[in-house]
Amino acid sequence: MAGVIARRAGKQRAFRWVVLILLGVFFALPMAAMVEFSTRTPGTWSLLADWSRLNETYPALAEGIIASLEQAALTALLMLVLLVPTAIWVRLRLPRLRRLVEFLCLLPLTIPAIVLVVGLAPVYAWVNYFVGGNSLTLVFAYTILVLPYAYRAIDAGLSAIDVNTLAEAARGLGAGWFTVMWRVVLPNIRSAVLSAAFLTVALVLGEFTIASLLHRTNLQVAIEFLGKSSATMSVAVSLTALLLAFVLLLLLSLVGSTRRVKK
Amino acid sequence: MAEIAEAAPQRVAARPRLRGAASLLGTVPFFAYVTIFLIIPTLVVAIGAFTGDGGHGFTLDNVRALADEYIIAAFGRSVLLSALSALFGAVFGGLLAYAVSTAKPGGLLRRVVTALSGVLAQFGGVTLAFAFLATIGLSGFVTVWLQDHTGFYIFENGVWLFELPGLVLIYTYFQIPLMVIVFLPALDGIRPQWREATENLGGTTWQYWTRVAGPLLAPAFLGSALLLFANAFSAYATAAALVSQGSPIIPLQIRGALTSEVVLGQANLGKAMALGMVVVVAIVMTLYSLLQKRTSKWLG
Repeated sequence: MAGVIARRAGKQRAFRWVVLILLGVFFALPMAAMVEFSTRTPGTWSLLADWSRLNETYPALAEGIIASLEQAALTALLMLVLLVPTAIWVRLRLPRLRRLVEFLCLLPLTIPAIVLVVGLAPVYAWVNYFVGGNSLTLVFAYTILVLPYAYRAIDAGLSAIDVNTLAEAARGLGAGWFTVMWRVVLPNIRSAVLSAAFLTVALVLGEFTIASLLHRTNLQVAIEFLGKSSATMSVAVSLTALLLAFVLLLLLSLVGSTRRVKK
Repeated sequence: MAEIAEAAPQRVAARPRLRGAASLLGTVPFFAYVTIFLIIPTLVVAIGAFTGDGGHGFTLDNVRALADEYIIAAFGRSVLLSALSALFGAVFGGLLAYAVSTAKPGGLLRRVVTALSGVLAQFGGVTLAFAFLATIGLSGFVTVWLQDHTGFYIFENGVWLFELPGLVLIYTYFQIPLMVIVFLPALDGIRPQWREATENLGGTTWQYWTRVAGPLLAPAFLGSALLLFANAFSAYATAAALVSQGSPIIPLQIRGALTSEVVLGQANLGKAMALGMVVVVAIVMTLYSLLQKRTSKWLG
């Protein structure tokens, strides 16, 4: 028996490395190609590192970068303000509404972004009317887009703690609902909130569909526009944006794994 | 004294109801927001698909127009693209997930692969299109290298990168990591004892895979493949950045309908196509959740 197991482990190890190397090449090749492509024209990377010169040479790109960063921050904020109190409140006071809230939060998974754009066009006609056509108004649509991912993260965080007991204890000691949420529940789901925020930022930085079709600007729209005039530069910016998302999401997975270890 | 005693129970009885109503108030911001930015857009699509061009009256014209040859063809290509990329993604992603599942459970390899998969599954959109242009575009790294070193030109039979084969290749790039994420938990549900039991009863590896592990994993595998299908079917940005002329797939047809609003009657046709997409994705996701329920019975 021991011999069979050892032989199988050996076979599995060989299989593992064959699969890993073949797929590793497939996944690494486009990255390597991006590095090679973006260094063909000298000065591309130094231009990208020099913000004021970049702003002068490619004003649309600089505008897109700023727009995306602002959108990401605001979407994360709006998502948290909207979702966290609602999720806690529904758990504590309205458990019968939980299924409905969950359904609504996961609904955007079934509605492709391109479909959402079609329906959002008239809604945005009103948004334009009331608050103007600034690219920051995309935050409203992005908050919907990130709902499924953010909800899952926050819901998992809430499931890991006993919200009801915590809240009852705090209430018994005379805390108001605001204190319960802000000073009792929130510190206990900090890593879940952080996950939700990171995911939101990563998704917003990569968003193209809605911005492009509603004629607003963001990083991805700017990259696509740039691709028409300067291929090298657009690949360099793509690679940078990608690395940024990489770092964000790797941080996220680290946050996730420390949480699991603690549990 | 008697008055107070009479009034007190009433107040107690009235409070829970009042509280219930006050509790509901706490969810108003969320529901209002979701109504404006999710429910109303969905209704706009659903109602618009059945509305005439003047914006008045019920009509089936838009839905009937879906039967137009070029729209049927676009739907067909969308389904083919999604099915092929889901197939490749499921097979290669499944192999990768299995390779990872045989490694040490808390080991470095596993953590690196799952973390990278999480990142790469999100790597769609414009940047992915440009990454492949840099790789196998007309002056891409691989294209040039192959031509210089082997004399082989990959676009001898036409530039397939901007057509269906190119899209399948690029979509597969984000489908494989997604498969790893969704299929790995099912593989972890396989108990080593089942294999030992098979071997104790004299079963071979082939019998173990076809009689035990295969049937157990089949619903999870199929469910994951369906999720991949829906993922590819909904994708827009990569194709939009890559294909600037013509609209081979449905999302690009919708872009055409949205941007050419000068052409009369296109707006509501766009909504009909959008509704068609929702129907397809909804069917696929329903099947997915049914298979998920079946999977959790054994593999929890």
